[in-house]
Amino acid sequence: MNWFYIEGVLILAGINIIAVLGLSLLTGFTGLFSFGHAGFMAIGAYSAVYFGERMGLPFAVSVVAGGLVAGLVSLFIGRLTLKLKGDYFCIATLGFGEAIRLVLDNVQVFGGARGWPGIPLKVDLVTVTIFNIVGILFLMFLINSRHGRSMIAVREEELAAKVIGIDTYRYKVISLFISAVYAGIAGGLLGYYLTFLQPKLFGLQKSTEYTIMVIFGGIGSISGSVLAAFILTVLPEMLRSFAVWRFVIYGAAVIFIMIARPQGLMGGKEITLKGIAGILGIPGRNRKTARSGEV
Amino acid sequence: MELLRLENLTKTFGGLTAVKDVNFTVNEGSISGLIGPNGAGKTTIFNLITGIYKVTRGAIYFQNVPIHDKEPHVIAGMGITRTFQNIRLFKNLTVYQNVLTACHHNADYGIFDAALRLKKFRRQERELKEFAGRLLELMELSGWKDKVANSLPYGLQRRLEIARALALKPKLLLLDEPAAGMNPDETRQLMNLIRRIRDEFGCTILVIEHHMDLIMGICDNIIVLNFGKKLAEGPPEKIQQDPLVIEAYLGEGGMPGA
Repeated sequence: MNWFYIEGVLILAGINIIAVLGLSLLTGFTGLFSFGHAGFMAIGAYSAVYFGERMGLPFAVSVVAGGLVAGLVSLFIGRLTLKLKGDYFCIATLGFGEAIRLVLDNVQVFGGARGWPGIPLKVDLVTVTIFNIVGILFLMFLINSRHGRSMIAVREEELAAKVIGIDTYRYKVISLFISAVYAGIAGGLLGYYLTFLQPKLFGLQKSTEYTIMVIFGGIGSISGSVLAAFILTVLPEMLRSFAVWRFVIYGAAVIFIMIARPQGLMGGKEITLKGIAGILGIPGRNRKTARSGEV
Repeated sequence: MELLRLENLTKTFGGLTAVKDVNFTVNEGSISGLIGPNGAGKTTIFNLITGIYKVTRGAIYFQNVPIHDKEPHVIAGMGITRTFQNIRLFKNLTVYQNVLTACHHNADYGIFDAALRLKKFRRQERELKEFAGRLLELMELSGWKDKVANSLPYGLQRRLEIARALALKPKLLLLDEPAAGMNPDETRQLMNLIRRIRDEFGCTILVIEHHMDLIMGICDNIIVLNFGKKLAEGPPEKIQQDPLVIEAYLGEGGMPGA
């Protein structure tokens, strides 16, 4: 195992973390299931590479712009589908994801089904780490604000959210928008890391994989999503020696976790500095003052 | 002064008329009761006022502004909120989070204020948290602050739902059977609580209830519904004597002295 290989796995894990963070906002915090996020990822990937390679925009700008294009498309899709209830929305996203893939398969401007080769490699571990940190912080701050609380209210009890004045439709649209931007950015990074884009990369399997990661990590937990995206990207790599059996083991691991911990790895809780200090037995600031108060 | 006015309010579901030509007004600062046998259309009227159902015919005015064509969250933003007959809390959130979520109308910072932790966000968020804490104290829920809503005893869940509604600083509070499932002692406490809310929060209250002690004890004005129509309206003494009301509740042979 050389460093080049390990770095590659870590970069892929980082890219998956970004996509899963976005989906976590939609599924974990707002309670909407989507099986079309690979579609947003594809839009972000192709737009970013188009901005970067055909229009000559700088790398970071084109990746973020690609994310925004995915976001804009989500606004359009959201207007059409977010008035639908639960399962219907889920099916609509499934159709959307497949439609995007088929459109890209047949539009020759971007290479069609043969793909888009020769994209320069511009993503390294540092880039992905920076995108990850920004992505995690933004989501943390959003969730701990009135906007995040309103999204959680939509997940918990939509009717009650309405009568306490929360515009549930608007928050669903915002949540879908932000999650599509995350997916789009992840797509752009993937394109610039793989140096090759093909519609086949963004099929239903990819969308399903991300939804599994969100649930595996635990609904409504940012650290759970990060952990799950990391574990479920690294695990199949570690199982390479099992050849064809590795995805059987992968599937079995997912089933095992769902039976043993139906609430997911983190079960709606977060890993916090205070929590880690507690486990390690380091007294926190609050506890210190409480102790000196007793004396 | 008049706060809420219903004009010829009608709601039909297919061929069924749930509410038919109901007229009444609710005065500011009053406690009004909405009573009637099961299926009389009481909860339907609540759903119409809060915009959950669309009005078939007629009109609803709140502070002389028509609200019958508005979305529920807009109506809530204007100062009308409610509790539900079957409690609808954010079950998996803590007591504090339930109330804090409902405080959002008292702040106006945007998503980017939050993402960048700007001064506006920090100041308003501090105010929201202080307000939520004060509200829990007033409602005597401070001791349960970090408990998950679902784990609370039934009576406290009802009180938490009222606390959550009060977080909006409403002008009109609609209570849908707040005493359902409560024993006489808890009902008495609830009566005092409703009076206290009216006095301390300065809001007007409209309550649906089957416990007649509660209705007769606290209401200034009572509206009686039967089969979707208004049967009678007036102060408790008058309603208690009304032959039509007695008939609706007890049947024709149930007339006292008959």
